[in-house]
Amino acid sequence: MKIHIKNGRLIDPRQGIDAVQDVYIAAGHIVGLGQAPADFHANRVIDATGLVVCPGLVDLSARLREPGFEYMATLESEMRAAAAGGITSLACPPDTDPPLDEPGLVEMLKFRAKSMPGPRVYPIGALTWKLRGERITEMAELHEAGCLAFSQADTPIVDTQVLMRAMEYAATFDYPVWLRPRDAHLIKDGVAHDGAVAARLGLPPIPVVSETIALATIILLMKTTGARVHVCRLSSAAAIDMVRAAKAEGLPLTCDVNVHHLHLTELDIADFNPNCHLYPPFRSQRDRDAIRAALADGTIDAICSDHAPVDDDAKELPFQESEPGATGVELLLPLTLRWARESGHGLSRAIDLISRRPAEILGIPAGRLEVGAPADLCLFNPETWWQVTRKSLRSLGKNSPFLGLEVPGQVRYTIIDGHIDFERNHTA
Amino acid sequence: MTPDLQLNPDGSLRHLLSLDGLPARILTQILDTAEGFLSVSEQEVKKVPLLRGKAIFNLFFEPSTRTRTTFEIAAKRLSADVVNLNISASSQSKGETLLDTVANLSAMHADMFIVRHSSAGAAHLIARHVAEHIRVMNAGDGRHAHPTQGLLDMFTIRHYKGGFHNLRIAIVGDILHSRVARSQINALTTLGCPELRVVAPKTLLPREVEAMGVHVYHRLEEGIKDVDVVMMLRLQNERMQGALLPSPQEYFKYWGLTPEKLKLAKPDAIVMHPGPMNRGVEIDSDVADGKQSVILPQVTYGIAVRMAVMSILAGN
Amino acid sequence: MQLPTPIELIDRLAEQIRPSLSPDCALVGIHTGGVWVMEALAQRLGAELPRGSLDIAFYRDDFSRIGLHPVVKPSRIGFEVEGRRLLLVDDVLYTGRTVRAAMNQLFDYGRPAAIRLAVLVDRGGRELPICPDFVGFTLELPDDRHLSLTRSADGRLDFVQGAA
Repeated sequence: MKIHIKNGRLIDPRQGIDAVQDVYIAAGHIVGLGQAPADFHANRVIDATGLVVCPGLVDLSARLREPGFEYMATLESEMRAAAAGGITSLACPPDTDPPLDEPGLVEMLKFRAKSMPGPRVYPIGALTWKLRGERITEMAELHEAGCLAFSQADTPIVDTQVLMRAMEYAATFDYPVWLRPRDAHLIKDGVAHDGAVAARLGLPPIPVVSETIALATIILLMKTTGARVHVCRLSSAAAIDMVRAAKAEGLPLTCDVNVHHLHLTELDIADFNPNCHLYPPFRSQRDRDAIRAALADGTIDAICSDHAPVDDDAKELPFQESEPGATGVELLLPLTLRWARESGHGLSRAIDLISRRPAEILGIPAGRLEVGAPADLCLFNPETWWQVTRKSLRSLGKNSPFLGLEVPGQVRYTIIDGHIDFERNHTA
Repeated sequence: MTPDLQLNPDGSLRHLLSLDGLPARILTQILDTAEGFLSVSEQEVKKVPLLRGKAIFNLFFEPSTRTRTTFEIAAKRLSADVVNLNISASSQSKGETLLDTVANLSAMHADMFIVRHSSAGAAHLIARHVAEHIRVMNAGDGRHAHPTQGLLDMFTIRHYKGGFHNLRIAIVGDILHSRVARSQINALTTLGCPELRVVAPKTLLPREVEAMGVHVYHRLEEGIKDVDVVMMLRLQNERMQGALLPSPQEYFKYWGLTPEKLKLAKPDAIVMHPGPMNRGVEIDSDVADGKQSVILPQVTYGIAVRMAVMSILAGN
Repeated sequence: MQLPTPIELIDRLAEQIRPSLSPDCALVGIHTGGVWVMEALAQRLGAELPRGSLDIAFYRDDFSRIGLHPVVKPSRIGFEVEGRRLLLVDDVLYTGRTVRAAMNQLFDYGRPAAIRLAVLVDRGGRELPICPDFVGFTLELPDDRHLSLTRSADGRLDFVQGAA
């Protein structure tokens, strides 16, 4: 399959390109930028006039709900949804059922994912057996099976000694450890930011110190264990300040944020909307502003969707009983674009945070439009606004805080490994 | 808080879910109507035919015989048909969801649901999903709201103090876990109480509670100084088990209302409690049974207030 | 025919009622106009007649159509109804539904020995088999006309007529 993408606005943050240039694809790779290679005869010409042509998006956290939670969503439905969102590579956290703590499970998931169209799937291995925080997993075996990093997903390790040993063992092989800063004792049954809204609604609170204390533990353990850590889903200004300081010290620390947290605050849950029940919780306006500032100054390295499709039965419950999480793969691009518009950042900066930077964190050769690189691309119209509805979302999870709202940026084509994996016709 | 869910397009009350965000005119309308119902209890037949033929379902997902009984009496005095359902015991354990239960009961031609649930927002959820003609009354949802208790407290204060505009009021006890406190605070700030205090140790106060319009005091002696009304809260036994408080004895010593401490309030101050009381934990028996206590009248007014809300909702 | 003033009619009513008064009588006015008339009658009839007032809002038959009346006043019957001869007083008698509601409510206080009905004006248009015992003035008003009693700040009673 040879594809010629013409007249598009090519944006590649890695090379600093933002210009109208044609792209030539053959045999799964980019074979030419601007100029066609010799003897190039396209099977398919895509007129990308008015579209942005950029590296396919890389999502650091997308739950595909297999194995174990097929009643919520399926691998097939969520891979399709991700492709429709312009995502060409994604990392899936190990909180499946059973959790990804055995090489066989990882291989099976990779095999299943490969057998169907959609993004490249990178399972993240469980750091401890059954995610119970008691016994470390066979990380080397899991790595051989394809795990590029290890994590606890949403479940914190309560016993700090286990956490230290897990980090030491991972550091032995220089495997990155992905951790959410969560102090289990301080969270308990909490469901909302410990602020004025939780006080008013009587929702069990999640204090900021549950994040900062856990983060302090992680940072101090990094120093003694030498582990490389990627901190997942920061939510508070205080934690961001700690990351900034740790980075200034030269610690090998990276971090990400859920794209929803760029926009929403505790006020958005004010009518007990279970679609605004996420972990970590939406915090104060000051915290949201700090997240936006940290994206601007590079303290936060990447934005992810933290995709968590949840079925209606688990969401149509009183707020504190509802399953946390929001569907996200189709909103990663639009919500990142919306942030960029609102804060005066260019498209290149926005794309960088959802393609090149997460690819570097995951350690995969993606997020780049270079001759010789795998042909993973996203073509979108940045000027098209579309309404988020139960119908317009392809994911089986309809749980979005943005239901009913309009968002900018519509993906027209997603090309994965040189194949057109998703194509939206003009009228749709 | 979501006036659009609680109010009809014409501004009349549709559901009673929370006092947060309800306009003063509606609170006053309920209190005025309750005055009318108070006289019904003077009749030989303590019953009016207003809600004849209406089916009211007491949906109690959290057991509370006492509260359920007050709603049941109110509904019966309005001649409604009352069905009591203790749901924690039946359908929930069979995996039926909250909304399934509500849909099933709606199909039995319910006109009103009175909902008690251990999770905040449960009544909102039900109100959002019921058919157009069904009314929902919140009888307590988690730590969030207990609007009829808040209203009967307002009725009591208005009865004894004539109004709200010149009062200094203290709410004492477990604010953090109390839906009653939240409803009281919402009502008092809306009705124009100029000085509202909350008194509790730091472990029993929500963060940023000041944003609700209250002044925070940690010492009882300071908090009740010169107040016109002391509203005590019940301290749940389970709060004694964690690390919130060291012991009932120490709590009583520092935050229990005794005759000596009550002397710090104004001489004509009234003492209220939503019941049931823990004598010797949050309140001394001499205060509970003393001449400044209006705890029993609160119970009486509770029936009239609930009748008022039911008939206003059913008629709108 | 010219409608006399409320005061003239109250005087007329008092004269009609006086001969039938007995020691076990009590006056009961229906909110709001009926209470004013009842008070004025009590002044004229003198004596220590017990007085009461009824707000029939909880006994109305149109609740399911129009809901609860926005202003409900407490009913005050401060005497034993059981075995007493009651004089029910209202300003304008029309369909008879208000009187029906008032009688139902009175029976919830006890079983009176008798109930007599006194009205300032009977405007016709009855929908129930109710007939007043004492009438100040009778006229036939079409359904699209409205007649009610008002009281000014200085206590002066007046009739208000207009389109319904």
